Amino acid sequence: MCEQKIDAIIEKYRGQPGSLIHALVEIQHENHWLPREVLQRLADALEVSFSQVMQIASFYKTFSLTPKGRHEVHVCSGMTCHLRGAAKLLARVEEITGLKAGETDADSRFTLETGACLGSCSIAPELIVDGKHYGRMTPDQAEAVLKSYE
Amino acid sequence: MSEIVLNIDGKEVAASAGMTVLQAAQQADIHIPTLCHHEKLEAYGGCRLCIVEVEARGRKSYVVSCLYPVEPGIVVRTRSEKVDKIRKVLVEELMAHAPDAPELVRLAEEYGADRHRFDKETSFCVLCGLCVRYCDEVKHKNAVGFIENGAVREISFIPEIAAKECWSCQECFTLCPTSYAQAAYLLTEALAFPGRREAHSHAHAHATPEPERRVIPITPVAATA
Ligand code: SF4
Ligand code: FES
Ligand code: FES
Repeated sequence: MCEQKIDAIIEKYRGQPGSLIHALVEIQHENHWLPREVLQRLADALEVSFSQVMQIASFYKTFSLTPKGRHEVHVCSGMTCHLRGAAKLLARVEEITGLKAGETDADSRFTLETGACLGSCSIAPELIVDGKHYGRMTPDQAEAVLKSYE
Repeated sequence: MSEIVLNIDGKEVAASAGMTVLQAAQQADIHIPTLCHHEKLEAYGGCRLCIVEVEARGRKSYVVSCLYPVEPGIVVRTRSEKVDKIRKVLVEELMAHAPDAPELVRLAEEYGADRHRFDKETSFCVLCGLCVRYCDEVKHKNAVGFIENGAVREISFIPEIAAKECWSCQECFTLCPTSYAQAAYLLTEALAFPGRREAHSHAHAHATPEPERRVIPITPVAATA
């Protein structure tokens, strides 16, 4: 965990309760998840109650309160992707990673997520790894793509 | 403050600007059912039970009276066929979550609500937010808050704060229409800081005795399911 970077984010917003969401977004981006003790320090620094921080952090799907892997893998489950074979794609991705949607493996290599329509129907079915879009994915291609992430 | 005169259930009622229709009605001894309203707290508009019919400039609308500000000359009806029907369905929906809450049982009788109308989803909490808002607005402790969203939203005591603050307060228990606030607290206590009750009964052995724990009597709820 990049303690210093997190501390810098917390310091940047010290005393600014209105910046809670900004701070959470930045920490999430940096650290990929929000550990409880970090949230406690954030609450103290921003002068917001801890329960309010939890309320926000648990409300938005962007934030994760459990550890995430180094690479976030999304398989689109939207209508277009579904019609173009997303189910088979997902099944293969699950097989390769050994994960079901929402899970992270023991080596923290991958976190698997699904979500409806990630906005690229024209290249359906798609796989997104760490924000990079891979379109027209076949299960075999997906295997090659995932292999390239350590 | 300027006086505003409005009509509630055929009665001329005087109110001051900035009041809500609910406040004006209560001041004139006209009863409107409420679940999430508490005079010490900011209006919330969560339960919608306080819905009334308002006729203004020839148009009828249905508004939640705990949020709706008084206006001169409006005609308010706290009961009408449609208002009663809306309240009935609201009670039926709430009863899917808390089928034995005394206030809901009473309202169900009054509005002819069928407690079995919707599939049971007994979460016991009706998300009125009284406990959360009381702890925030009155006590400034925020020991209990909402977590998650949508269908899985729930209240949750924060163990770190609850361990310090709740022992000698527990004032939210009596506000809760369903006793869930108390249940949630006791569960938190059992999971996060157990043994305190026992320690408390041997308090005389300690150098600094624990503050007295408040004991709030709970009215037992008759099981009618
Ligand atoms: S626990 Fe009780 S007081 Fe708190 S939100 Fe739920 S129903 Fe309302
Ligand atoms: S359905 Fe997958 S990107 Fe639109
Ligand atoms: S009392 Fe008005 S919405 Fe609950």
